[in-house]
Amino acid sequence: MKLLAVCGMGIGTSIILKTNAEKALQNLGVDGEVEVADIGTARGAAVTADVVLTSGELAAELGEVPAQVVVVDNFVDVDEITGKLSAAIQARG
Amino acid sequence: MTANSQQIALLDALPETAVAVGVRAADWREAITAAGDLLVASGATTDAYTAEMIDTVERLGPYIVLAPGLALAHSRPSPSVLRTGLSWAALAAPVPFGHEANDPVRLVIGLAAVDHDAHSGALAKLARMLADAGRMRALQDATSAAEVRRLISEYEGGQE
Repeated sequence: MKLLAVCGMGIGTSIILKTNAEKALQNLGVDGEVEVADIGTARGAAVTADVVLTSGELAAELGEVPAQVVVVDNFVDVDEITGKLSAAIQARG
Repeated sequence: MTANSQQIALLDALPETAVAVGVRAADWREAITAAGDLLVASGATTDAYTAEMIDTVERLGPYIVLAPGLALAHSRPSPSVLRTGLSWAALAAPVPFGHEANDPVRLVIGLAAVDHDAHSGALAKLARMLADAGRMRALQDATSAAEVRRLISEYEGGQE
Protein backbone atom coordinates (compact mmCIF):
# COMPACT_ATOMS: atom_id res chain seq x y z
CA MET A 1 0.00 0.00 0.00
CA LYS A 2 1.43 3.37 -1.00
CA LEU A 3 0.23 6.55 0.67
CA LEU A 4 1.02 10.09 -0.38
CA ALA A 5 0.88 12.96 2.15
CA VAL A 6 0.40 16.26 0.34
CA CYS A 7 0.99 19.79 1.62
CA GLY A 8 1.81 23.16 0.11
CA MET A 9 5.58 22.85 0.34
CA GLY A 10 6.23 19.17 0.98
CA ILE A 11 8.46 19.96 3.97
CA GLY A 12 6.26 20.87 6.93
CA THR A 13 2.65 19.89 7.29
CA SER A 14 3.11 16.82 5.11
CA ILE A 15 5.89 15.46 7.35
CA ILE A 16 3.61 15.85 10.38
CA LEU A 17 0.90 14.02 8.42
CA LYS A 18 3.31 11.31 7.21
CA THR A 19 4.50 10.59 10.76
CA ASN A 20 0.98 10.17 12.13
CA ALA A 21 -0.22 8.25 9.03
CA GLU A 22 2.61 5.74 9.62
CA LYS A 23 1.28 5.32 13.15
CA ALA A 24 -2.25 4.83 11.74
CA LEU A 25 -1.01 2.12 9.34
CA GLN A 26 0.59 0.37 12.32
CA ASN A 27 -2.71 0.60 14.23
CA LEU A 28 -4.52 -1.00 11.28
CA GLY A 29 -1.87 -3.67 10.83
CA VAL A 30 -1.47 -2.59 7.21
CA ASP A 31 1.89 -2.87 5.50
CA GLY A 32 2.61 0.34 3.61
CA GLU A 33 4.83 3.30 3.06
CA VAL A 34 4.08 7.00 3.16
CA GLU A 35 5.73 9.49 0.84
CA VAL A 36 5.38 13.28 0.85
CA ALA A 37 4.79 15.71 -2.00
CA ASP A 38 4.10 19.40 -2.43
CA ILE A 39 0.93 20.48 -4.18
CA GLY A 40 2.88 21.32 -7.35
CA THR A 41 4.13 17.76 -7.89
CA ALA A 42 1.32 15.89 -6.14
CA ARG A 43 -0.77 15.16 -9.24
CA GLY A 44 2.13 13.29 -10.83
CA ALA A 45 3.11 11.53 -7.60
CA ALA A 46 -0.52 10.53 -6.95
CA VAL A 47 -0.62 8.38 -10.09
CA THR A 48 1.28 5.57 -8.36
CA ALA A 49 -0.32 6.03 -4.92
CA ASP A 50 -3.22 4.05 -3.50
CA VAL A 51 -4.32 6.73 -1.07
CA VAL A 52 -3.65 10.49 -0.94
CA LEU A 53 -3.89 12.23 2.44
CA THR A 54 -4.26 16.01 2.54
CA SER A 55 -6.27 18.97 3.86
CA GLY A 56 -9.67 20.00 2.51
CA GLU A 57 -8.32 23.06 0.71
CA LEU A 58 -5.46 21.26 -0.96
CA ALA A 59 -7.74 18.34 -1.92
CA ALA A 60 -9.87 20.83 -3.87
CA GLU A 61 -6.75 22.17 -5.59
CA LEU A 62 -5.49 18.64 -6.36
CA GLY A 63 -8.70 17.75 -8.20
CA GLU A 64 -9.45 14.29 -9.62
CA VAL A 65 -6.71 11.68 -9.20
CA PRO A 66 -6.86 7.88 -9.57
CA ALA A 67 -6.02 7.36 -5.89
CA GLN A 68 -8.53 7.51 -3.03
CA VAL A 69 -8.30 11.03 -1.58
CA VAL A 70 -8.67 11.24 2.18
CA VAL A 71 -9.27 14.70 3.67
CA VAL A 72 -7.77 15.05 7.14
CA ASP A 73 -8.87 17.92 9.43
CA ASN A 74 -6.55 17.31 12.36
CA PHE A 75 -3.08 16.19 11.26
CA VAL A 76 -2.05 15.21 14.79
CA ASP A 77 -5.16 13.13 15.57
CA VAL A 78 -4.02 9.56 14.93
CA ASP A 79 -7.56 8.26 15.67
CA GLU A 80 -9.07 10.46 12.94
CA ILE A 81 -6.40 9.40 10.43
CA THR A 82 -6.78 5.72 11.38
CA GLY A 83 -10.59 5.82 10.96
CA LYS A 84 -10.53 7.63 7.63
CA LEU A 85 -7.69 5.50 6.29
CA SER A 86 -9.52 2.32 7.26
CA ALA A 87 -12.65 3.48 5.38
CA ALA A 88 -10.58 4.43 2.31
CA ILE A 89 -8.79 1.08 2.25
CA GLN A 90 -12.14 -0.75 2.45
CA ALA A 91 -13.63 1.42 -0.29
CA ARG A 92 -10.67 0.59 -2.49
CA GLY A 93 -11.25 -3.12 -1.88
CA MET B 1 25.02 9.28 17.71
CA THR B 2 25.58 9.22 13.98
CA ALA B 3 26.22 12.02 11.53
CA ASN B 4 22.74 11.42 10.20
CA SER B 5 21.04 14.79 9.78
CA GLN B 6 17.78 13.29 11.03
CA GLN B 7 19.23 13.23 14.54
CA ILE B 8 18.56 16.92 15.25
CA ALA B 9 16.83 16.93 18.63
CA LEU B 10 13.60 18.84 19.00
CA LEU B 11 15.02 20.83 21.88
CA ASP B 12 18.15 21.78 19.89
CA ALA B 13 15.97 23.08 17.07
CA LEU B 14 14.01 25.16 19.58
CA PRO B 15 16.36 27.23 21.79
CA GLU B 16 14.87 29.37 24.55
CA THR B 17 15.29 32.54 22.43
CA ALA B 18 12.86 30.99 19.92
CA VAL B 19 10.07 30.41 22.45
CA ALA B 20 7.57 32.98 23.71
CA VAL B 21 4.26 32.71 25.55
CA GLY B 22 1.54 35.34 26.00
CA VAL B 23 2.33 36.83 22.59
CA ARG B 24 -0.05 39.57 21.49
CA ALA B 25 -1.28 39.36 17.90
CA ALA B 26 -4.30 41.10 16.39
CA ASP B 27 -4.60 38.90 13.29
CA TRP B 28 -2.98 35.95 11.50
CA ARG B 29 -0.30 38.09 9.87
CA GLU B 30 0.85 39.40 13.25
CA ALA B 31 0.75 35.86 14.66
CA ILE B 32 3.02 34.55 11.88
CA THR B 33 5.23 37.62 12.23
CA ALA B 34 5.68 36.77 15.92
CA ALA B 35 6.82 33.24 15.03
CA GLY B 36 9.08 34.72 12.32
CA ASP B 37 10.63 37.25 14.72
CA LEU B 38 11.50 34.38 17.08
CA LEU B 39 13.23 32.51 14.24
CA VAL B 40 15.22 35.71 13.53
CA ALA B 41 16.02 36.17 17.24
CA SER B 42 17.45 32.66 17.50
CA GLY B 43 19.57 33.14 14.36
CA ALA B 44 17.68 30.67 12.16
CA THR B 45 16.40 33.12 9.55
CA THR B 46 16.42 36.70 8.29
CA ASP B 47 13.34 38.93 8.20
CA ALA B 48 12.76 38.01 4.56
CA TYR B 49 11.72 34.50 5.65
CA THR B 50 8.89 35.96 7.78
CA ALA B 51 7.49 37.62 4.66
CA GLU B 52 7.85 34.31 2.78
CA MET B 53 5.82 32.49 5.46
CA ILE B 54 3.03 35.08 5.16
CA ASP B 55 3.18 34.79 1.37
CA THR B 56 2.68 31.01 1.65
CA VAL B 57 -0.66 31.51 3.38
CA GLU B 58 -1.67 34.25 0.92
CA ARG B 59 -1.00 31.91 -2.02
CA LEU B 60 -2.09 28.52 -0.65
CA GLY B 61 -4.59 29.41 2.04
CA PRO B 62 -4.60 28.60 5.76
CA TYR B 63 -3.88 24.87 5.31
CA ILE B 64 -0.94 25.36 7.74
CA VAL B 65 -3.53 25.29 10.56
CA LEU B 66 -3.04 21.55 10.85
CA ALA B 67 -4.89 20.88 14.10
CA PRO B 68 -7.41 22.75 16.27
CA GLY B 69 -5.66 25.87 17.54
CA LEU B 70 -2.30 25.06 15.95
CA ALA B 71 -0.58 26.58 12.91
CA LEU B 72 2.75 25.40 11.48
CA ALA B 73 4.06 28.54 9.78
CA HIS B 74 6.71 27.78 7.16
CA SER B 75 7.91 28.39 3.64
CA ARG B 76 10.40 26.74 1.33
CA PRO B 77 14.13 26.40 1.94
CA SER B 78 15.59 29.71 0.68
CA PRO B 79 18.60 32.03 1.14
CA SER B 80 16.73 33.66 4.02
CA VAL B 81 17.07 30.43 6.03
CA LEU B 82 20.42 30.49 7.84
CA ARG B 83 19.98 27.17 9.64
CA THR B 84 17.26 24.67 10.39
CA GLY B 85 15.15 25.76 13.34
CA LEU B 86 11.77 25.96 14.99
CA SER B 87 10.04 28.71 16.93
CA TRP B 88 7.10 28.66 19.32
CA ALA B 89 4.69 31.61 19.68
CA ALA B 90 1.87 30.90 22.14
CA LEU B 91 -0.69 33.67 21.69
CA ALA B 92 -2.25 35.67 24.55
CA ALA B 93 -5.59 35.50 22.71
CA PRO B 94 -6.57 33.20 19.82
CA VAL B 95 -6.83 34.67 16.30
CA PRO B 96 -8.73 33.33 13.25
CA PHE B 97 -6.72 32.17 10.22
CA GLY B 98 -9.78 31.45 8.07
CA HIS B 99 -9.52 27.66 8.46
CA GLU B 100 -12.87 25.84 8.31
CA ALA B 101 -12.18 23.14 10.87
CA ASN B 102 -9.33 24.29 13.09
CA ASP B 103 -9.81 28.01 13.83
CA PRO B 104 -8.99 29.94 15.98
CA VAL B 105 -5.24 29.56 16.43
CA ARG B 106 -3.64 29.68 19.89
CA LEU B 107 -0.16 28.47 19.00
CA VAL B 108 2.03 29.23 16.00
CA ILE B 109 5.04 27.00 15.49
CA GLY B 110 7.51 28.46 12.98
CA LEU B 111 9.63 26.13 10.85
CA ALA B 112 12.72 27.07 8.87
CA ALA B 113 14.36 24.34 6.82
CA VAL B 114 17.65 24.46 4.92
CA ASP B 115 16.65 21.51 2.74
CA HIS B 116 14.02 18.81 2.48
CA ASP B 117 15.60 16.41 4.99
CA ALA B 118 17.64 17.98 7.81
CA HIS B 119 14.62 18.90 9.88
CA SER B 120 12.48 15.84 9.26
CA GLY B 121 13.60 13.93 12.36
CA ALA B 122 12.81 16.86 14.67
CA LEU B 123 9.51 17.42 12.88
CA ALA B 124 8.53 13.76 13.17
CA LYS B 125 9.20 13.98 16.91
CA LEU B 126 7.13 17.15 17.05
CA ALA B 127 4.29 15.32 15.26
CA ARG B 128 4.32 12.47 17.79
CA MET B 129 4.48 14.89 20.70
CA LEU B 130 1.55 16.97 19.41
CA ALA B 131 -0.47 13.77 18.87
CA ASP B 132 -0.24 13.20 22.63
CA ALA B 133 -3.36 15.11 23.74
CA GLY B 134 -2.34 15.41 27.39
CA ARG B 135 1.12 16.74 26.54
CA MET B 136 -0.45 19.15 24.05
CA ARG B 137 -2.77 20.56 26.71
CA ALA B 138 0.10 21.01 29.15
CA LEU B 139 2.14 22.76 26.44
CA GLN B 140 -0.71 25.10 25.58
CA ASP B 141 -1.17 25.98 29.26
CA ALA B 142 2.55 26.58 29.89
CA THR B 143 3.17 30.07 31.26
CA SER B 144 6.85 30.51 30.40
CA ALA B 145 9.34 29.64 27.68
CA ALA B 146 11.33 27.62 30.22
CA GLU B 147 8.24 25.54 31.05
CA VAL B 148 7.56 24.87 27.36
CA ARG B 149 11.12 23.63 26.90
CA ARG B 150 10.98 21.56 30.10
CA LEU B 151 7.81 19.78 28.88
CA ILE B 152 9.47 19.12 25.51
CA SER B 153 12.63 17.92 27.21
CA GLU B 154 10.64 15.50 29.39
CA TYR B 155 8.84 14.21 26.31
CA GLU B 156 12.04 13.79 24.33
CA GLY B 157 13.81 12.15 27.25
CA GLY B 158 11.01 9.58 27.50
CA GLN B 159 11.32 8.69 23.82
CA GLU B 160 15.01 7.81 23.61
